[in-house]
Amino acid sequence: MAGYEAVIGLEVHVELRTKTKAFCSCPNEFGSEPNTNVCPVCLALPGVLPVLNRSLLEYAVQVGLALNCEIAPFSKFDRKNYFYPDLPKAYQISQYDLPLCRNGYLDVEVDGYTRRVGITRVHMEEDAGKLLHGEGNPGYSLVDLNRAGVPLLEIVTEPDIRTPEEARLFLENLKAILQYLDVSDCKMEEGSLRCDANVSLRPAGTDVLNTKVEIKNMNSFRAVQRALEGEVQRQRSIYESGGVVFQETRGWDEDRGITVVMRSKEEASDYRYFPDPDLVPIVLSPEEVERLRRSLPELPVARRERLIRDYGLPAYDAGVLTASRDLADFFEECVRVYPDAKKVSNWVMGEFLRLLNSQNLEVKQAKLSPSHLVEMLQLMDEGIISGKIAKTVFEEMFNTGKRAAQIVEEKGLVQISDEGELAGIVEEVLAAHPQVVDDYRKGKRKALGFLVGQVMKRTKGKANPQLVNRMLEERI
Amino acid sequence: MELFELTAHELADLIRRGEVSAEEIADSVLRRIDQVEEDVRAYLTVTRDRALAAARAVDARRQKEEDSGPLAGIPVGLKDNLCTQGVRTTCASRMLENFVPPYNATVVEKLYQAGAVVTGKLNMDEFAMGSTTEYSAFFPTRNPWDLSRVPGGSSGGAAAAVAAGEAIYALGSDTGGSIRQPASFCGVVGMKPTYGLVSRYGLVAFASSLDQVGSLTKDVRDCALVLNAIAGHDPLDSTSVPMEVPDYTSFLTGEMKGKRIGVIKEMFDEGLDPEMAEVVKKGVKKLEELGGIVEECSFPHAEYAIAIYYIIAPAEASSNLARFDGIRYGYRANQEEGKELDLQELYLRTRSEGFGPEVKRRILVGTYALSSGYYDAYYLKALKVRTLIREDYRRLFQNFDLLVSPTAPCLPFPLGEKLDDPIVLYLADVYTVPVNLAGLPAISLPCGFVRGLPVGMQLIAPAFKEGDLLQVAYAFEQNTPYHKERPPLQGKSPAEAVEGG
Repeated sequence: MAGYEAVIGLEVHVELRTKTKAFCSCPNEFGSEPNTNVCPVCLALPGVLPVLNRSLLEYAVQVGLALNCEIAPFSKFDRKNYFYPDLPKAYQISQYDLPLCRNGYLDVEVDGYTRRVGITRVHMEEDAGKLLHGEGNPGYSLVDLNRAGVPLLEIVTEPDIRTPEEARLFLENLKAILQYLDVSDCKMEEGSLRCDANVSLRPAGTDVLNTKVEIKNMNSFRAVQRALEGEVQRQRSIYESGGVVFQETRGWDEDRGITVVMRSKEEASDYRYFPDPDLVPIVLSPEEVERLRRSLPELPVARRERLIRDYGLPAYDAGVLTASRDLADFFEECVRVYPDAKKVSNWVMGEFLRLLNSQNLEVKQAKLSPSHLVEMLQLMDEGIISGKIAKTVFEEMFNTGKRAAQIVEEKGLVQISDEGELAGIVEEVLAAHPQVVDDYRKGKRKALGFLVGQVMKRTKGKANPQLVNRMLEERI
Repeated sequence: MELFELTAHELADLIRRGEVSAEEIADSVLRRIDQVEEDVRAYLTVTRDRALAAARAVDARRQKEEDSGPLAGIPVGLKDNLCTQGVRTTCASRMLENFVPPYNATVVEKLYQAGAVVTGKLNMDEFAMGSTTEYSAFFPTRNPWDLSRVPGGSSGGAAAAVAAGEAIYALGSDTGGSIRQPASFCGVVGMKPTYGLVSRYGLVAFASSLDQVGSLTKDVRDCALVLNAIAGHDPLDSTSVPMEVPDYTSFLTGEMKGKRIGVIKEMFDEGLDPEMAEVVKKGVKKLEELGGIVEECSFPHAEYAIAIYYIIAPAEASSNLARFDGIRYGYRANQEEGKELDLQELYLRTRSEGFGPEVKRRILVGTYALSSGYYDAYYLKALKVRTLIREDYRRLFQNFDLLVSPTAPCLPFPLGEKLDDPIVLYLADVYTVPVNLAGLPAISLPCGFVRGLPVGMQLIAPAFKEGDLLQVAYAFEQNTPYHKERPPLQGKSPAEAVEGG
């Protein structure tokens, strides 16, 4: 990247998980049969009127506050007019010149430095429906209006982001905040979190504004980073070979790993915005905003600091645990009963996350609850299972939801702590490896480990390692 | 006297005393429709069976001694831009010719709950755009006082039906005078309530910030009764105001002494037919005789009202009517033989074929006024002038309880005469439009005749002062004979009508 720096701004659309749609009482659900969550209002039949869902407004204020924005005491809804079959009113209810929230920021930690990304605005709007092309009857397009009227927030950043990695981290932080607020599922693959990016390049250290390119169709955090890396690379090669970057909209092609042109040159779209006369202006009193501010949950940054402070966790652990509210909740629930925080953290960050990721599950989808983990840790402490067996037990709990004690019993995994039971095996091992015994006697401390391993092998890992150690030492 | 000639409150009394049944009343009105509809052409859809069934239901309830209220069993016609569940709602447009809503407008729902007998859906200018009902895509309605003339618009079907006895009362909508001007043309009482007093849910939108549902009745008491039935907050309309609604009949005292009444002098200028000016001035004199304190006043920004109305209303209309695109319901242009229309063509053909000339004209004007580069010069400027007009009223109402003016500047025109001159037609609403821009309540009352044609007088009140409006209107009406006059309309004999059936 020598010589150039990227100027990146993001536009993020978030579907909110209100119970009902933005302007009618239809259920706000993903994945229902087409055109089942619809009513005359979201179908835009003649004569019907929108009525604002108060929870949309409250969610929007909370997000604005969490992103350090000013909340407008007076804002309004506008109509954004355009024709498209998935837009039943032929206008989208949105906010134009008086957004609900503006002038905020989000701090992102990147490799030891902090990047402050300005939030230009956060505004409320409704989603459009969806077209299904060529399904059923080839040549026809079908319209599904389940999504029409689903509440959205549009979050627009300042062009403050300098690297693709910062962009990804910004989104991860934003997602964590939205999940802490419990306002969205934030699933990029289901479209409940969508991101477009504007990218331009300029000579490092200048404040030139070069032609920007918009990138769409990125449906994972990784894709955002990769698409931006590809685009930065593309623009740099153009500049380095003396070429010209055109203003255009490019789509991210995940399979080919490149951005491709969607539309060259922005069409002059004229949305004919004007205040929606069907909706009264939104007037928020300072008391109301204050009430919502007080209702905010603890946010990721604060929680991370608290975990370090209260449990003495390393900053790294606290960072990993608080990246997801559910994971942090899981951790804290364990610690409430089982106060060895570091031990809990090791299991949650290690085995638990590994299994979740490998099976592509959310914390809440796991069959394993905090009490599962705590019971297992207690079995370890009591010497009933070894650390090695614990890993087996943990995976079994994760897969089946059975309790640790039950697994240990069913599989006969109880640690052998009876000297009598082990004595024969220990003698066998000593007899089978006289050379090793000799080495140990000559001062080769490591040789003992080999012998312990042999005992463990013969007991299928069930022998109590401390006991085996002691017994071997005694006998040699 | 025939039942169809009576008012709602007179009929309600007869029902209450057990002298007539709701079915007899419905029958009388339906027979009147058979008798004169061929001449008047007020109805787009007559819901004969539903009306009779509703009337019988009211009678059945009365048998069980249930008092169902003053509008129970009274036949009402509805302007065809009010959605009626199971009954087609066309807005007098090809675009919605076959549209059957799965819901009732809130006002319709409220009337049903009051036991109303809906006789059908009334003709109008297409999507309520026009001042003569000649812009109906189906046929023009005629003025019952003179069948060669228009009934006014856009609630022309509603006004004509009430005047002709084809409905006891009607609901219309008023965006710039669409209830009051036809009320004036047809010699009935027309009221546009305060914006936000009556729900707009289910009223097919023309210009959302101006539209209001209101009534066309034979007298002021009926007007109060209907307002009682339809006013009040509706959770389905966020612009409807959450407030307690009084019993409007309690204002009908016959007394109006001490009411301060401002006569808007700009509305008696050269634009007004001189003979009508005389009639309205006589009406104002009557208000003075009845104890009103009458004084001339000035409404400085009145002259801009029409100009900004024809920016704001089309701007909103261009957006409201964009949903009629042929995709989900309503008219869709035919696919050509062997060739399918692409999306752009489908939109263009559907809207070209589905909308009539006046609707297209206003969509074009509105789209232009909102487009970037012109927004500030037209739409934004219009909003600013709208504020000035509101200010004018606010200032006037510091000195006056009510304002008075003619309702319309002219008598009903001959059919076809003004059809090719939209600007002249736009001026027919010159006295009514400012009221909508300010969201105020106003009523048009019959106040005399010129050459056998009715003349209306308009009273305007501050927001939510419908009570004052009704009080003065009632005092005026009780001391004048005009509301008793009925048009000299004979039509076919009922026997012929049955045969023609």
